[in-house]
Amino acid sequence: MRAGIPELAKRLRNREISAVELTKAYIDVIEKLNPTLNAYVHLTYDTALKAAEQADQMLKDDDAPMLCGIPMALKDNICTDGLPTTCCSKILKGFMPYYDAAVWEKLKKQGAVLLGKTNMDEFAMGSTSETSCYGAPLNPRNTDYVTGGSSGGSAAAVCANLAVYTLGSDTGGSIRQPASFCGVVGLKPTYGAVSRYGLIAYGSSLDQIGPLTNSVKDAAIVFDAIKGGDKRDQTSVDYDYGSSLAECLDRDVKGMRIGVAEEFFDGINPEIKSRIEEAVKLFERNGAVIESIRLPALKLSLPVYYIIACAEASSNLGRYDGIRYGHRTSSYASIDDMIVKTRGEGFGDEVKRRIMLGTYVLSSGYYYAYYKKACLIRDEINREFDAVFEKCDVLIAPTAPNTAFPLNYKSASPVEMYLSDICTVPVNIAGVPAISVPCGEDNKGLPIGMQIIGRRFDEATILQAAHFYEQSAGKVTGAYEGGAGI
Amino acid sequence: MNYEIVCGIETHIELATKTKIFCGCTTEFGGEPNTHCCPVCTGQPGSLPILNQKVVEYAIKAGLALNCKINTKSHMDRKNYVYPDLPKAYQISQYDEPLCEKGYIELDSGKRIGITRIHIEEDAGKLIHENGYTYIDYNRSGVPLIEIVSEPDISSAEEAREYAEKLQLIMRHIGISDCKMQEGSMRCDVNLSLRKPGDTHFGVRTEIKNINSLTFIQKAVMAEAERQADILDAGGTVVQQTMRYDEQTNSVAPMRDKENSDDYRYFPDPDILRFSIDDGKVEEIRASLPELPFDKLKRYVNVLGLPEATARQIFKYRKVAEFFEGALAEGAGVKNTANLIVGTIFSNMDTEEEKELFAVRISAAQFAALVKLADEKKINIGVAQGILQKMLDSGKPAEEFIKPEDLVGISDEQLESLCREAIDANQRAVDDVRNGKEKAINVMFGYIMKKTGGKADIRKAEDILRKLIGL
Repeated sequence: MRAGIPELAKRLRNREISAVELTKAYIDVIEKLNPTLNAYVHLTYDTALKAAEQADQMLKDDDAPMLCGIPMALKDNICTDGLPTTCCSKILKGFMPYYDAAVWEKLKKQGAVLLGKTNMDEFAMGSTSETSCYGAPLNPRNTDYVTGGSSGGSAAAVCANLAVYTLGSDTGGSIRQPASFCGVVGLKPTYGAVSRYGLIAYGSSLDQIGPLTNSVKDAAIVFDAIKGGDKRDQTSVDYDYGSSLAECLDRDVKGMRIGVAEEFFDGINPEIKSRIEEAVKLFERNGAVIESIRLPALKLSLPVYYIIACAEASSNLGRYDGIRYGHRTSSYASIDDMIVKTRGEGFGDEVKRRIMLGTYVLSSGYYYAYYKKACLIRDEINREFDAVFEKCDVLIAPTAPNTAFPLNYKSASPVEMYLSDICTVPVNIAGVPAISVPCGEDNKGLPIGMQIIGRRFDEATILQAAHFYEQSAGKVTGAYEGGAGI
Repeated sequence: MNYEIVCGIETHIELATKTKIFCGCTTEFGGEPNTHCCPVCTGQPGSLPILNQKVVEYAIKAGLALNCKINTKSHMDRKNYVYPDLPKAYQISQYDEPLCEKGYIELDSGKRIGITRIHIEEDAGKLIHENGYTYIDYNRSGVPLIEIVSEPDISSAEEAREYAEKLQLIMRHIGISDCKMQEGSMRCDVNLSLRKPGDTHFGVRTEIKNINSLTFIQKAVMAEAERQADILDAGGTVVQQTMRYDEQTNSVAPMRDKENSDDYRYFPDPDILRFSIDDGKVEEIRASLPELPFDKLKRYVNVLGLPEATARQIFKYRKVAEFFEGALAEGAGVKNTANLIVGTIFSNMDTEEEKELFAVRISAAQFAALVKLADEKKINIGVAQGILQKMLDSGKPAEEFIKPEDLVGISDEQLESLCREAIDANQRAVDDVRNGKEKAINVMFGYIMKKTGGKADIRKAEDILRKLIGL
């Protein structure tokens, strides 16, 4: 059984292992496995070892934070001062920010040891991590399959134990879906619960940073460490969660009202559907009240998501012009020519596709037909979620309509790929929190994820429900063979 | 043929807040290129804007001073366009929910020029073209601006100038901007079309961008009106385009277009929450507004009784008006105060800028002390002017320069002390007087008259001398 964060923290404090030794152990495994898995795109061993030494100093104090000395990784779109941050895009190759993202600043202060930056879809646009300019990461469960995306490298790193935990970002499912494909836990917090300062923007009104971990408890610990308002992010909220969420996970589900919406199960792979239904029954057997509810606007979530996310992306990505940072084309006739060529060379096809979509839906004459209408439907989806949460404490749904795709399987059909986000995007549109927990495997042995969705800022309840399931269901997926063995 | 001018002016004004609109960087003008910058105002990936509340407050001040309605609910939009001086490739501005709407400026004629809207936005950086290269200085990037859009109510070059001049005056008075047109902290774009008198629809308009002086506004309107009239007279049509005014040739010519067509793809900035301003805040800002310049002018004329020409010279410079009113508060009289400012102090200031800056080396209280001597007719006005000039040159108070001979009259105390001096200096004559030589008193009169330049009251002096000598 792989050690969780509390266990590792205990061993570090008991001097069974030092942070430097722990870090070296992870570096050894990364060296062995990463050439195949491609979970990391930038390795930061030197700074990791220095941080580990400092962590060992900090650990001499009994009050050292829980995450002190624990090796971890960040998605490549989270800014790290003096370390590469490229969004896995050619246009940002060589880019090193001179500032830290708010989440990294927090973790660094707590003694976190950063092993490197993880692979992802270019600018977080994709569902397989195959749009990365560094090539796709492979699913450690079966390397013929994708990790999911966009936080595929973060999910693979946790799955293969190349990091104790990682941070990802979730705009339309980018934490939960790869977590589900790789059989790990992924938490997408409430919009505003975690500062976005230093997260390179894709869809600003949807983006949220969250943890990928090997257990619900670990997810709660990491969420505790990164949550909170930030004066550098106006959309962040200094919500008072009371105590640490990791310490309040043990709760039985008796009386918990669980909503199940049939709209979430439309077109879902039957194997996945039956696994989720079994999980719901487990809750019911333990005293939860199952409510059958309706979310009619859900079917509009996909177009709403792709309109809003692409609109925001088209504006957010305008700044990559080769003038101040990142890639610049080598020869050009004029400034306009330089910008056009730089962007033409620097962005991959999926990014270009979304920039064009976004530009189109915002252009005059189409604004009201697309963007404005999408915003109105977004309000309606919010109202439906609000109404549902009057009756239910949480919703249970699949994380994805399918398990991991074979590599290169769907890259040819963007629309089919977009459809696979159907279960996750409504959560981002509504800004509510959701967690994906492993809940079994399909006939190919690929993990299935269950999604538990909660009220805004009620991460506590979804973590409790997920923790309960994790503890009661027992072993639902085969453990990954290999990894750091810690 | 005669045409009617239909003209509206868009004015960009840099706000004098200490920090930029979305970050903590200084707004100070100048500085080595790219030293007043941070991740936010250079659009680094991952950075986020935080709206400076002072900017909102200043814009509301501007709105209230221009008789606008304040929208208590508002938001920021992104205006997307690509240009190297714009580091995010969008400008954060306001599109459909400007902070202020529906105000006006009243011209001297009593005609009101409507203000359509005032919104807040960020300035862009500056391109510097040098030895075949283009450099970018982002110090100005993120400096807060308000854009004030007028209705097309302006119908002459003179009105255009007066509108801009009044706007500048009001903005300076409420202290939200220095409105220096040559430094770019106030920039005007003029929209102009012509129509036949009586026509109700507008003609095709052109926009003259970035005019940087009040005189040029007037000249540009005239030049453009003539150009359009020539086209129309020749049976042609005016092309809607962006123009540039060339002050050297006093002519207007089309500008090279930045983009083929502008589609700014405005949408609400998701990084900045919608904001609301409560009515209490608006009232608080209203209460904090100083007396507006044209109210001041009216008061100077109607209440203080200043001639309008003099009042106009004082009210239009905020610091001058403050100095003037400061002196009055110290008890100086209106007429002498005004005349000494306009006559003497202004003779030291050649330019409008100097008057605007009003860097005098004496305080209003020191100035008032001098004026009061003139008010009380202790010195005549010509003497006061001379002393004032010396005060301005040295920064020293009036008493340093007043010689006894400057005094028109001499106070009883001064006279008494002079009499004592005369007695001390002329003991023989005093003895003679005591011994019955009455005429010997003339020696002392001579002394006093010499000291006062003949200004002492001789009968009073005699009384005092007799008393002191004990006759």
